[in-house]
Amino acid sequence: MLRADALKSIYPRLKSQVVVTIMGAVAVELYNLGHQPNFFYLEHGMGLASSMGLGLAVSLPKEKVTVLDGDGSVLMNLGSLSTLARYRPPNLTHWIFDNESLLSVGGFPTATGTGTDLAGIAEKAGAEHVALADTVEAAEQAFAEASDRNGLSIIVSKVEAIGPPSFAMDITLLENRFEFARHIQGLVS
Amino acid sequence: MPVSVKNSEVLFAALKSAGITLLSALPETWLVHVMQMAENDPDITLIRLNKEEEGVGISAGAHLAGRKSAMLMQNHGLLTSVNGIVSVAQLYRIPLLMVISYRGEMGERDPWQTEGGRVTEPLLQSLGIIYRKLSDPAAVAYEVRQAQTLAESSLRPVALLLTRELMWEE
Repeated sequence: MLRADALKSIYPRLKSQVVVTIMGAVAVELYNLGHQPNFFYLEHGMGLASSMGLGLAVSLPKEKVTVLDGDGSVLMNLGSLSTLARYRPPNLTHWIFDNESLLSVGGFPTATGTGTDLAGIAEKAGAEHVALADTVEAAEQAFAEASDRNGLSIIVSKVEAIGPPSFAMDITLLENRFEFARHIQGLVS
Repeated sequence: MPVSVKNSEVLFAALKSAGITLLSALPETWLVHVMQMAENDPDITLIRLNKEEEGVGISAGAHLAGRKSAMLMQNHGLLTSVNGIVSVAQLYRIPLLMVISYRGEMGERDPWQTEGGRVTEPLLQSLGIIYRKLSDPAAVAYEVRQAQTLAESSLRPVALLLTRELMWEE
């Protein structure tokens, strides 16, 4: 499965959620589907997208929050899976796209290519709902289920190590940051 | 354990009166009472971390959601959080309030704390983070309020260093 195809299939649902992506291909591919003020692209701070999602989810109990993460970032902050499972915000979906590669920085292989099982780690960290979704149909269904259920959902998808042709995004980091905060302010007021 | 309960109460009350409702923390001897108070207070969400850097992300998320938060950690937690501070809090202009127990300073008996103590202030200075040392309990509420005000107006991290004088009774 291409990550871009999975994102396309869930894009209609993402439009009504609070979304945090990691840097690189995931950010660009979501942006290319059509930027929304409720999309935040964390362009650095590798590993901390899931922590940001936790901070957002516990602060916005009426919103659905989704983090679009990757294997390299999750491996860099594995403890976060344990923290998410410990506090299990019921409105948080943590989706890990696993391409077994640090694609955006040259495609070096990560440890998921040599046997590290992120879904298994999430389960053993205590997450009660861990879904595998390796096809577009499965991805769409897993995300629909995650969006409808009241509980922390973790989805792990194996995807091809193929990114977008260009990493250009016509939005500055701070523009994105202030627009996102302003949008949320509107949601809660 | 001669951690000052009284001054922990002063600090916790100061954080609450600054409007903070979310604390992320990793257990540390000097902070045990504050963490217990946070755990027992229904108005405070306490998130216990596995590693301090997670707290930077949590506070960033909370801030973008319009909620006031602070990180409670030891100065070695500050050391382990540096990338998050630089590439999330500073890059994205997050008003991150960091309340840091200042181990390894004058009077420290634990040899393992001493290297961290030596580099804490130079590190904050090199990161351009404005900080104050808290030693007088009577000034704690004022200093917390001032730190919170500066963090929010500058949209940058600000640090408060909790000294032995404030936290330890011996």
